[in-house]
Amino acid sequence: MTQTATGLGRHDAAKQQMERQRVLNRLKLWDALFARLTFAAALLVLIVLGAVFVSLIEGAWPAFRTFGLKFFVTEAWNPVTEKFGAVAPIYGTLVTSFIAMLIAVPIGLGIAIFLTELCPYALRRPIGIAIELLAGIPSIIYGIWGLFFFAPFFQQTVQPALISAFRNVPVLSELFAGPPYGIGILTAGIILAIMVLPIISAISRDVFETVPAVLKESAYGLGCTRWEVVRSVVMPYTKVGLIGGFMLGLGRALGETMAVTFVVGNAHRISASILAPGTTISATIANEFTEAVSDLHTASLIALGLILFLITFTVLALARLMLLRLEVKAGR
Amino acid sequence: MILDQARFAQRKRRSFIVMALCWGAAAAGLGALLVILGTLLSKGLGGIRPEVFTQMTPPPGSDGGLLNPIVGSLIITSLGVLIGTPIGILAGTYMAEYGRYSKLTSVIRFVNDVLLSAPSIVMGLFVYAVMVAPMGHFSGLAGSVALSLLVIPIVIRTTEDMLLLVPNALREAATALGMPRSLVIRRVAYKAARAGIITGVLLAVARISGETAPLLFTALNDQFWSTNIFAPMASLPVVIFQFSLSPYEDWQRLAWVGALIITFAVLALSVVARWLGTSRVAK
Repeated sequence: MTQTATGLGRHDAAKQQMERQRVLNRLKLWDALFARLTFAAALLVLIVLGAVFVSLIEGAWPAFRTFGLKFFVTEAWNPVTEKFGAVAPIYGTLVTSFIAMLIAVPIGLGIAIFLTELCPYALRRPIGIAIELLAGIPSIIYGIWGLFFFAPFFQQTVQPALISAFRNVPVLSELFAGPPYGIGILTAGIILAIMVLPIISAISRDVFETVPAVLKESAYGLGCTRWEVVRSVVMPYTKVGLIGGFMLGLGRALGETMAVTFVVGNAHRISASILAPGTTISATIANEFTEAVSDLHTASLIALGLILFLITFTVLALARLMLLRLEVKAGR
Repeated sequence: MILDQARFAQRKRRSFIVMALCWGAAAAGLGALLVILGTLLSKGLGGIRPEVFTQMTPPPGSDGGLLNPIVGSLIITSLGVLIGTPIGILAGTYMAEYGRYSKLTSVIRFVNDVLLSAPSIVMGLFVYAVMVAPMGHFSGLAGSVALSLLVIPIVIRTTEDMLLLVPNALREAATALGMPRSLVIRRVAYKAARAGIITGVLLAVARISGETAPLLFTALNDQFWSTNIFAPMASLPVVIFQFSLSPYEDWQRLAWVGALIITFAVLALSVVARWLGTSRVAK
């Protein structure tokens, strides 16, 4: 910027000094401005979270005022008589996610063990990448596939078999009762499982890879079999991270909308049979929000959204805390 | 030392069974995902014709294409990225540069991680409450804002991670030359972290281009050609949702075509993002 002032007059030197001061001042201003700007953007994250809570509570207020705590224990959902209760969607959300985790956790763990212990080295990267790519497929694809491909197949082959197989078993006959609709709570759970499978496998694999090779080698050196190494060394070492990963998957499953809306059946009732149609919080909102006429209906749907946000927020926060603890441990 | 042969054989057998189950799990998981892609190809590929990209969505029973939802998706997605990216990069910059060791940063990081996987339909509800309801009508812009709320956490995360990877020696060298801090960040740190930040933005684009739930009650839908972002606007995911749940066969066929287009766009974006990410490491 400023060259040496040799050979220039005193006047020029002073001018240069002023010019230099001007540039420096401008830089100083920019510096402060940029710092403030980044700070404001960072604060925006907290503001968004707060605003989501505030606006949902405000929007849901009419429903809570009208129904009070009964909102959480009423099963009825009737836009005509304006009676709304959140039990059926909450039940559907929890049960579909539970089924999804029941299926996806063992299979996801199996895939992770396969990728870290069994798979030939040449295939590890391609399969790993394929799983990560599949985690990015939009959920609506799983939904449309579930409705047109999986549900008919399920209805014709698996469901009749389940119904007849458990007909005379005391508890299970209730669980697998009724006509095979194809769509329903169980179908939604299975589709959700397929959807969260890549997420769970990818996280479990990453977590398994943090196990120091020395630990595994010493276990093998003692004569442990592969399964014993996985069960007694790898899994205990990665316990916290694994649970964190499962809970991230659970968070996804709880909040998932499109994959479920297609196949859950959208019936506001709680049936003992998991083959029967049901509904979830997100499916209810997706189906009814634009068609809700009365203010109370809209408010009840927003109240459902608030409940969903609270549930997922808790699950995700716990998951993050656990993963954070793992990071701290790994950092030591 | 005497080895209990029977017990050893049993342990080996148990291990073999579990490992076989793991092979089975991998085969089942990958198989299911392959079947999904296979169905998508077999149902969608036949419907890919030039008209899909040149004509509007048809009324039931007649021929048509997906031009307006494709263009709508492009507009809504790019606007969402345009709104979300600068905010995300600036916030990530604060966390990695100015407030690296502050308490606030760890709080923001925690909140951001939670928002990263928050249900997208809730973001739709939020934008409905703060934009659509006060303005009195659905709009493409509201859809973009809802999507930008999904972009911000992803971009923040990658920007922070990438800036933290920039060696401090670079910053010190630039500072020693007399560069003010904001210039150090913009001219040196951003340059060093550029590939990683671009990867993050591409991942965000891939994530939001298939999002349906937040658009349902923000951008809504439009049967006709419209590029007015203050009016309801068609988008590919919403059209797929509507058409596939309709009883009309030609609508369902178009839904599959749309699903195929979205999936491959998303996969292509992820591959490019991944390639950018690894080429940086290789350098």
